[in-house]
Amino acid sequence: MNAGAPAGAADESRILAIVERHRHRDGPLIEILHEVQDALGCVPASAVPVIARALNLSRAEVHGVVTFYHHFRGAPPGRHVLRLCRAESCQAAGGGALERHATSRLGIGFGETTPDGRLTLEAVYCLGLCACSPAAMLDAEVHGRLTADRLDALLDAGADARA
Amino acid sequence: MSVTVWVPRDAGALALGAEATARRLVAEAGRAGAAICLRRNGSRGLYWLEPLVEVETAAGRIAYGPVAAADVPGLVAQGMLAGAAHPLRLGPIEGHPWLASQQRLTFARVGRIDPLDLAAYRAQGGYRGLARALELGPEAIVNEVVESGLRGRGGAAFPTGIKWQTVRKQPPGPRFVACNADEGDSGTFSDRMLMEGDPFALIEGMTIAGVATGATRGFIYLRIEYPHAFEVMGAAIAAARAAGCLGADVLGSGRAFDIEIRLGAGAYICGEETSMLESLEGRRGEVRVRPPLPAERGLFGAPTVVNNVITLATVPAILADGAAAYREFGQAKSRGTLPLQLAGNIRRGGLVERAFGLTVRELIEDYGGGSASGRPIRAVQIGGPLGAYLPASQFDTPLEYESLSAIGAMLGHGGVVAFDDTVDMLEMARYAMEFCAHESCGKCTPCRIGSVRGAEALDRIRRGDDPEANLALVGELCDTMVQASLCGLGGMAPFPVQSALKHFPADFRRRRPGH
Repeated sequence: MNAGAPAGAADESRILAIVERHRHRDGPLIEILHEVQDALGCVPASAVPVIARALNLSRAEVHGVVTFYHHFRGAPPGRHVLRLCRAESCQAAGGGALERHATSRLGIGFGETTPDGRLTLEAVYCLGLCACSPAAMLDAEVHGRLTADRLDALLDAGADARA
Repeated sequence: MSVTVWVPRDAGALALGAEATARRLVAEAGRAGAAICLRRNGSRGLYWLEPLVEVETAAGRIAYGPVAAADVPGLVAQGMLAGAAHPLRLGPIEGHPWLASQQRLTFARVGRIDPLDLAAYRAQGGYRGLARALELGPEAIVNEVVESGLRGRGGAAFPTGIKWQTVRKQPPGPRFVACNADEGDSGTFSDRMLMEGDPFALIEGMTIAGVATGATRGFIYLRIEYPHAFEVMGAAIAAARAAGCLGADVLGSGRAFDIEIRLGAGAYICGEETSMLESLEGRRGEVRVRPPLPAERGLFGAPTVVNNVITLATVPAILADGAAAYREFGQAKSRGTLPLQLAGNIRRGGLVERAFGLTVRELIEDYGGGSASGRPIRAVQIGGPLGAYLPASQFDTPLEYESLSAIGAMLGHGGVVAFDDTVDMLEMARYAMEFCAHESCGKCTPCRIGSVRGAEALDRIRRGDDPEANLALVGELCDTMVQASLCGLGGMAPFPVQSALKHFPADFRRRRPGH
């Protein structure tokens, strides 16, 4: 396990403040990781020993939890995140073609960020929007019945323009 | 006098542009000098008509849909705010045949009320169930739930009352109610719709479970992919607390019950109940070996009721109107109603709540109207990524637990995903293995390794690389996974693979290189 560079003093105090807010709760670790990721954009490897010490857990225990869950990232994402659903309902409604279109337009695969840092493409397995498949989330907004054209329009109007 | 106009804030409606429609309505009404009161509801579940706008008139709520933002100026100009004619006018929504033919018990209020309007919830029957439960007391509540025949709607279909009885009979000490809102099966969205459209029903159901079993704390384990549900549930819990429906003295009964939401972190396996408990405790979501059952030793080692959202949200109606009324719906050992979710390549997708017994064909043809692409429906997958694929020859099977089980399929959480005749069943079989590999918690070997080897063998079959030997290998891997996995993920991931092999053998043969 790569402990990475030590957390900077500023990050460390933010992480400790988050731990402090949750430590009285039952089973607080995942709640803490959520808040750390919301604050820092990711759960950096350097956060692991800080959280472990504060909760009196081993680094392995904390690392094990961080890496078990797909949601927690080790590095911050791009300025925008596109989460495309890859599950069966979306596949049945043309999701595969949409996936190929997205990866070729963006020039990246799932889990990757465009070289300019503008957009991260993530796979998601069901957004519960299956009656309007194929579906995706661009940042906090949900989109259904996507086509290649509509996805292009979203990326042009949204991520690309605002970036 | 202002006209009340309803536009859903359900995530599915938002995904189809409901927010832009709502903003445009306010702007256009203002421009026309008409006073409107914009209200937000859940979705009625007629998703091909979303955004579905309802206008309150003397003749009831008149629906228009699908209303894109660009349609709004024309609609307003043509008198939509008075319920006037228009090509998008659907008429009185409650009389719409797709809705009127349903039997909505669990979803009785969804789409009809503002989800956060506690007074409206009470006016439409809310909290009658809890009031009666408090009069009955724990033992009689449990008996009522047993009598109703309610079985777990998350997929396992275990009798809910029996589970509650087990928790109730544990030695004195803390207990918990843990609501499984980790609705990860593709093709399912009833939990989401319920939480976004009628959150107090879930709160009331959990409170009744608490009263019945002696639990004073409840947790909702909610998937992170549902940010809208998270927001609505959080606001509803706060409102319930402020109104004395949750807290130290529930409805003045002297009993305490409160609810906390915990967000998942993108792990399908956490929908498995013991994995969910591990995750609620802040650990890796690895499944636990049973026994002990969660009803005996569950969350933080205490007896725990673990039920799905729909199961719990159905309890208030059972308590309010009695077990006998609920039992009247359904057939054989599948009593009550089931909120089916119709998805995939389908013309009219959405939520269909009916008594058990509707056939697959009635669902996909009468309600669904066939495929969205207009091509024949070749297969449906029922019950999520671990559910079997059914060929057209099995479409007359009733959607109830035992009938599906008899053909090697399962109802699961009630999601039905339609595929047209362009589907490649080898690809779907491979996906089932790939998904299992992606989501395996890693604790047992059949699931962790079997799924990876299964996907590899299917790749070789696709390449035409010794297909007979590889088909035999896939068969063996499936058997091992079914027989030897610790939980349902590895134990059921082979079902879609085996059913695809059995019913669509041609897709696995005569493959050419590159196909």
